[in-house]
Amino acid sequence: MATTTVTHPGAIAYRGRRSWLYEWLTTTDHKKIGAMYIFTSFLFFIAGGVMALFIRTELAAPGVQFVDPETYNQLFTIHGTTMIFLFVMPMNVGLANYIVPLQIGAADMAFPRINALSFWMIPLGGLLLFSGYAVGGAANAGWTGYVPLSAQGGAGLDLWLMSLVLLGMSSVLGAINFIATIFKLRAPGLTLLRMPLFVWNTLVTSVLLLFAIPVITAGLMMLFIDRNYGGGFFDPALGGNPVLWQHVFWFFGHPEVYILILPAFGIVTEILPVFSRKPLFGYKAFVFATASIGALGFTVWAHHMFTTGAVYLPFFSFFTFLIAVPTGIKFFNWLATLWRGQLRFSTPLLYALGFISLFLIGGLDGAFLAVVPFDFHVQDTYWVVSHLHYVLVAGAVFGIFAGLFYWFPKMTGRMLSERLGKWQFVLLFVGTNLTFFPQHLLGLRGMIRRIIDYAPNPGWVELNLLSTIGAFMIAASVVPFMWNVFTTLRGPRNAPDDPWEGNTLEWATTSPPPPYNFDSLPPIRSERPLFDLRHGLTGHGPAAAAPRLTAGDDTNRGEAAQ
Amino acid sequence: MTAEARAMGMAHAESDGHAVPSSQGINTALLGMLLFIGSEVMFFAGLFGAYFNARAAALAQGQAWPPPGLENVIEPGIVPVLATTVLIASSFTMQYALRRIGKGDRTGMNRALAVTLIMGLTFLGMQAFDYYELLVDHGFGINSGIYGTLFFTMTGFHGAHVFGGVVGITIILLRGLAGQFSGRHHVAVEAVSAYWHFVDVVWIFLFATLYFLK
Repeated sequence: MATTTVTHPGAIAYRGRRSWLYEWLTTTDHKKIGAMYIFTSFLFFIAGGVMALFIRTELAAPGVQFVDPETYNQLFTIHGTTMIFLFVMPMNVGLANYIVPLQIGAADMAFPRINALSFWMIPLGGLLLFSGYAVGGAANAGWTGYVPLSAQGGAGLDLWLMSLVLLGMSSVLGAINFIATIFKLRAPGLTLLRMPLFVWNTLVTSVLLLFAIPVITAGLMMLFIDRNYGGGFFDPALGGNPVLWQHVFWFFGHPEVYILILPAFGIVTEILPVFSRKPLFGYKAFVFATASIGALGFTVWAHHMFTTGAVYLPFFSFFTFLIAVPTGIKFFNWLATLWRGQLRFSTPLLYALGFISLFLIGGLDGAFLAVVPFDFHVQDTYWVVSHLHYVLVAGAVFGIFAGLFYWFPKMTGRMLSERLGKWQFVLLFVGTNLTFFPQHLLGLRGMIRRIIDYAPNPGWVELNLLSTIGAFMIAASVVPFMWNVFTTLRGPRNAPDDPWEGNTLEWATTSPPPPYNFDSLPPIRSERPLFDLRHGLTGHGPAAAAPRLTAGDDTNRGEAAQ
Repeated sequence: MTAEARAMGMAHAESDGHAVPSSQGINTALLGMLLFIGSEVMFFAGLFGAYFNARAAALAQGQAWPPPGLENVIEPGIVPVLATTVLIASSFTMQYALRRIGKGDRTGMNRALAVTLIMGLTFLGMQAFDYYELLVDHGFGINSGIYGTLFFTMTGFHGAHVFGGVVGITIILLRGLAGQFSGRHHVAVEAVSAYWHFVDVVWIFLFATLYFLK
C-alpha cells in the first residue's frame, strides 16, 4: 500500500510543499472554489450594504443633505448591480459549488478548471464595475439601465456593460458545469427523482441561466454598439426602438428573479424536513413545481412593461398569476412538512421560517402588481421597491443565511454559535420588516423610486425615517454574524460529521470533507440515503440495514481530518 | 490508514463505482459543448429579435424595409453567394474529418480538417471583402441607421464565431498532426464539429434573413 501511495499523482500533489496562497489561487477543488465564491460575494454584500446605508441616510429626512444627486444616482445603480450580480448570484453559486457535488456523491464538478475560470471572472467583473468610480463616475442609469438614460453618461456605463458581459459569461460557464455535473456525475442509485431538492433547484437555475443570460449579453452588446460605434438599436432617430431594450432586458430579467430565488427555495426545502424530523411532504410535487416555475419564468417578462403600452396585457397578466400556482404548491408542501413535526428551533430553521413568512408577503404584493390597473397606479413607486426587497432580502438573503448556518459545520468542522445566530436573526427579521414594510405605504401614497429628495407630504416623513432605522438594524445584524464566523473559525473543531441528523449525502462524509469528498457512499435507495442508513432500510430495499461499502473507516475519521 | 492511502481508496472507488454513470450515454465534454451551443442560440435569438422588432416597426408605420435608399445595398451578389457555398461545404468536410477519425484514419482526418480550415478562412476573407465594398463603395456602415447597425452587428458577431471555430479547428488539427486522437478517443473533434455545424446553421438563417427576406 505504501508504495502505491507514493506513485499516486494526487497523493504527491497533496504532500507537496506549495504555499497556502498558491494553493488557493490555483485550486480546482469545488469546495475551495465554493468557499472563495462565498467569501468574495460576502465582501460585495458588505459593499452593497454600505451603499444602501448611504441611500437610506439621504432619504431619512426631506431635502438633500448627505450626498449630491449624481452620487446618489450612482449609489442606487451600483447598489442594485452589486447585490444582484456580485452578491446573491455568486453566493448561490458558491453554496451550490460546495454542496451539489457532495449531495450527488461526486468527487468534483464535471469541469473543474472551467469552474475556477468562472470564479475568477467574478472579482474581475466587480473590479470593472467599481472602476467606474476611478474614471469620472460609475454607472448611474439604475440596475435596469433603461435607454435613453443609459445611452448617455460617461465611461462608467461602458464599464458597467462590460462588467455585466463578463459576469454573464461566468454564469453561463457555471451553468454548463452544473448541468453536466448533475447529469453525468451522480452516484449509482441516485436517480433524478431521488436527487435532493437543492440539486433540483440548482439544475433549474442553471437552465434558466443558460438560456436567459445570452439574451442580455446580446442586449448589452447592442447598447455598447449604440454608445460607442454610432449604432441605432435603441435610437428612434436612427430607426431604432427604446422599448426593445426593455424587452431584451426583462426577457433576461424575469428568469433572473428565479435565478436569484430558486436556490433559496432549495435550501429551505432541505432544511425543513431535517429540523421537523419528518420526510419532505410531496417530493415530486416540489420537483414539478420547481420545473414549472422555471418554464413560466420565460413567459412573463413583459409584466415589467405594462405601462409602456407596447405589450399585450391580458397574456402577461394571466401568466404572472399562473406563477402563483407552483409557488402555492411549494408553500402548501412546506407547511405540510412542518405540520406536527418535532421542530428543533435552531438557527437554520429560524431562517427558513423567516423566509417562508416574509417571502409570502413579497409574493402577495407581487401578485398585486400582476393586476394591470393596480400596476398602472404603483409603477415605479416604492411599492415596487418594497416588493423586490421582500423577495430578495427576506427571500434570497434569509435563504442564504439559512444555508450558511446549515452547512457551516460541514464546510469548516465547526458549529456556529446558536446564541449569536439567534441575535442576528431577530435583528435581521425586525430590521427587514421595519425597512421594507413602510415602503409599501410610501408606494401607495405615491412616492416614486430613485428620487433623492421628497416633499414633507403627510405620512412620508415618518415612514421614511422608520425605513432608515430598519436599514441600520439590518446592517447591525451583520455584525454578530461576522463575529460569530470569526470566533468560530478560531475555535476548536467541534462539529460531528452529521450534526443535524441530515438526510442527504453531504452528511455521509467528514466535516470538512477530504479533497476527494468520499471514502465510501452509503447505498442510495430513496431521496433520504442517510435517514435510511441511520434507521435501516424499510420498504425500499433489503430489510436489514446495508453495511457501508467500506468498513471501519468511521474510527479513522478524526485522525484523517487532522 | 494515512490520508494518502485513503486518497488511493477513493481513486479506486472512482474507477469502480463513480465512473460507471459517466461512462454511459453522451460524453461529458460533448454535453458541455452542446449546452454552450444552446446558450449561443439564445445569443443570436436576441440579435434576430432586434432585427424583426425593427423590421416589424418599420412595416407597421408604413415605411419601407430596407429603409429608403438602402434597398439595393445588401444583395446576394457573387461574393456572398460564394462565401455561403464555401461555408456550407465546409460543414461536409468537417463531418468527413469526424468520420475518418471514427474509423481510426488520423491522416484522413488531418487532411479533411486542413481543407475545412482553409474554407473557414476563405469565408472570413470573403466577408472582409464584402465589408470593404459596403463601407467604401456604398458608404454603408454600422452607423448608417438601424439597417446598417443590424447588418454589421449580426454578421460581425457571426464572423467572430466563425473565427472562434477556425481557432478550434486549428487546435484539433495541430493535435491531430501531433498524433493525438484515435477511433475511440476523439471527443474534441466531435465538439469542434458540433460547434462548426452550429456556426454554419446560424449563417444560413442570417443569409436568408438579411439577403432575401426584405
